[in-house]
Amino acid sequence: MATIISVTDLSKSFSDSLALNRINFTVEKAELIAIIGPSGCGKSTLLRCLNGLELLDEGSVQIGDVNLERHHGEQPPDFQQRLRALREEVGMVFQSFNLFPHLTALENAIKAPMVVRKMKRAEAEEKARVYLEKVGLGNRMHHYPSQLSGGQQQRAAIARALTMSPKVMLYDEPTSALDPGLVGEVLSIMRQLDDEGMTQVVVTHEMRFAREVADRIIFLQQGELVESAPPEELFTAPRDDRTREFLKDFL
Amino acid sequence: MEPRRLENQKANRTRQKAKGRHFLFFKEGKEKVSSALLIFEICLLPFDFSFFFVLLVSSWFIFSPSLTVAADDLRWGADSEGGAPFVFSKPDNPRELIGFEVDLVNALGRELNRRPTFVQNQWDGLIPGLQRGNYHIAMNGLEITPERQRVINFTIPYYATVEQLAVRAGTTGINSLADLKGKVAGALKFSLAHTLLEKAGGIEVRTYDSQVSCLDDLIFGRLDAALMELPVAVYYVKPNPKLQFAGEPFEPVLYGIGVRQQDQALLAQLNDALRTLMKSGELRGIYEKWNIWNKDTEKLFVELVGAPQSTPATSPANSTQAYEDFTKVITNKPTWGERLRRYWSYLPFLLFQGAPMTLLISILGMIVAMAVGLVLALTNLYGPRPLVWLSRSYIEVIRGTPLLIQLYLIFYGLPSVGIKLTPLVAAVVGLGLNYAAYEAENYRAGIQSIPRGQMEAALSLGMTRAQSLRHVIVPQALRLVIPPVTNDFIALFKDSSIVSVITMVELTKVYGQLATAYYDYIGVGILTAAIYFLLGLPFVKLARYAEKRLATDQRTPVPAKRRWFGVK
Repeated sequence: MATIISVTDLSKSFSDSLALNRINFTVEKAELIAIIGPSGCGKSTLLRCLNGLELLDEGSVQIGDVNLERHHGEQPPDFQQRLRALREEVGMVFQSFNLFPHLTALENAIKAPMVVRKMKRAEAEEKARVYLEKVGLGNRMHHYPSQLSGGQQQRAAIARALTMSPKVMLYDEPTSALDPGLVGEVLSIMRQLDDEGMTQVVVTHEMRFAREVADRIIFLQQGELVESAPPEELFTAPRDDRTREFLKDFL
Repeated sequence: MEPRRLENQKANRTRQKAKGRHFLFFKEGKEKVSSALLIFEICLLPFDFSFFFVLLVSSWFIFSPSLTVAADDLRWGADSEGGAPFVFSKPDNPRELIGFEVDLVNALGRELNRRPTFVQNQWDGLIPGLQRGNYHIAMNGLEITPERQRVINFTIPYYATVEQLAVRAGTTGINSLADLKGKVAGALKFSLAHTLLEKAGGIEVRTYDSQVSCLDDLIFGRLDAALMELPVAVYYVKPNPKLQFAGEPFEPVLYGIGVRQQDQALLAQLNDALRTLMKSGELRGIYEKWNIWNKDTEKLFVELVGAPQSTPATSPANSTQAYEDFTKVITNKPTWGERLRRYWSYLPFLLFQGAPMTLLISILGMIVAMAVGLVLALTNLYGPRPLVWLSRSYIEVIRGTPLLIQLYLIFYGLPSVGIKLTPLVAAVVGLGLNYAAYEAENYRAGIQSIPRGQMEAALSLGMTRAQSLRHVIVPQALRLVIPPVTNDFIALFKDSSIVSVITMVELTKVYGQLATAYYDYIGVGILTAAIYFLLGLPFVKLARYAEKRLATDQRTPVPAKRRWFGVK
């Protein structure tokens, strides 16, 4: 197994409060990592640090060949280029979908490949169709986001990210904004991607999903990485009291 | 086979739909976006073609040699709205200008062997226009005063007259300036009469852009008296039963032709020509035809060229023909049928001379405003600190100062630093740069109302900030700002009437010319207002249509058949 993500001594603070404190972990290729923890524990911030939507203050994030490194808020001169190179390799899925409302599902998916990768329209469309069909939106490609249900929108957002052929997919609470009935259709796509060998990092509250699908679970609390373990170990025999306390309802 | 073909058709249709939309608002870009030119690039997106077209057109106007006219041209600056008997529209054919100064300039042109060309200019801006080089001579009842002689040269006087007070018919007790103490009196702005009223002291002075509106106010009772030169009084007070002369004329006035100080040769030629016309009796003939020949002018002619060798050939019977034609028009009360027929005959004049210019100025002005406004908004939001400060200041200063003064500065002020714009370019630039400040704030509001997640999503897909703005944020913002931008366009459309101060002849100016011709402000005014309204309507419709079509995030049910701008 090859390491694809490695996070070293990552710290991040917002004005006065420390959001993340010296986080260290690695992700192997084709793993699905679930990040769990109570609200405000810094799990979304950690995920956003992975693709530079939040800038880390200290430490480094290495994804594939690209390294984001900052020390005392200082960064290498080519940091912006690195950031963009990294984002091209990392797909992101948001809690509120963030589809582009002025574009159809298909146009949403082909926009970035055409703009960023300078792909021809026909080529991009061909590629986007594959992924849209994969997420079950083959007959909804020409619909605008407003014409899609929440679950369909989130699936379109996943297809949009996949059309950039990322090496890693990040999900920021992908099912939190969905009606309970629509959660399953999104989770099953992640399950399917996992089967196909995609590396995925998911911030989630879906404990059952985490337990069933994740290769490893990272538990964060108050900006600290408390425990990182395979689900069976974490759910049955947590080593830390804080983990035990958080999971007691699920144990 | 069959299903696949169907699918291809569907795909084609999608592509067509997409094309239709880009045509109006934005163009898909496979162009390279270099980060150095980022803001500029983004700004071009809605204007890919139109903006360059404007640049092209305006550079042509800027560099075209339209102001350096051929030598055999004699460009003559005057205000056709000024009224009789100087220069005014012929009542039954508003395209034709008549008046004693028209006759005089034709005679002068013949003497100088140059072709006279009329240049429309607001009366109170005749001297700046002359200095700017818009025309060779300014002749429109310009009184020779020491103040004016400091900035331009005058020929020998071509006409002598006096000032005359006018009051409402039946008024008693006002016979001189002294009687006006504590009363309200009006005069043409910046005229000698204006100066005299000011100097008299104790009089509340109101000034007007045209003689006719001054007299209207006298009739309505807003003024107690009006002061003007005798020819004006003869034409507008004498035939009007609601008005009468008050007291004796006073204060001799001399009219001269204004020439730039550097044009010494032209000045000498004009003086020679005037002397010739005085000697031959032709000039006297012109004045008699217009019924303004008087003792003062006779004395002036004797002083300048000696006693007349012979009396002019004009016979008293037809000598005042022009004056009689005019009074007939003024005093005649037209029937409704006559009125309607007259308005009908004005329509082509308003529609083909005024309206196209108004449309051209408004559309080009709005394109400039939208392009510059977008640049300002983006710099304001995303530019480096000094540029933010600069665009902020631009917006505040431009919004906070009057458009009229900005236009004056662009038209009359810039030539002193070597930038001489034609009236059309000055109008478009002036209106465009002014409205850009308002558009910038519209765009800023629009851009700021796009949720932050949109930018994050675009960035996380690997787009640069500029690409995100161009492909994701701005297209969404543009739709949001359609209503306020339409609002501004309609405002600009009507504000465009202000450019008559920099010599443009557009709808409102044409209205003024037509209204003075028959002394009819209300009827022609309603007609003109209706034309403005009807011309603006299609743009409002178009904006509503575009807004509806682009409102993709409010469309809930899936329509069975979607149409894009008529493309099925």
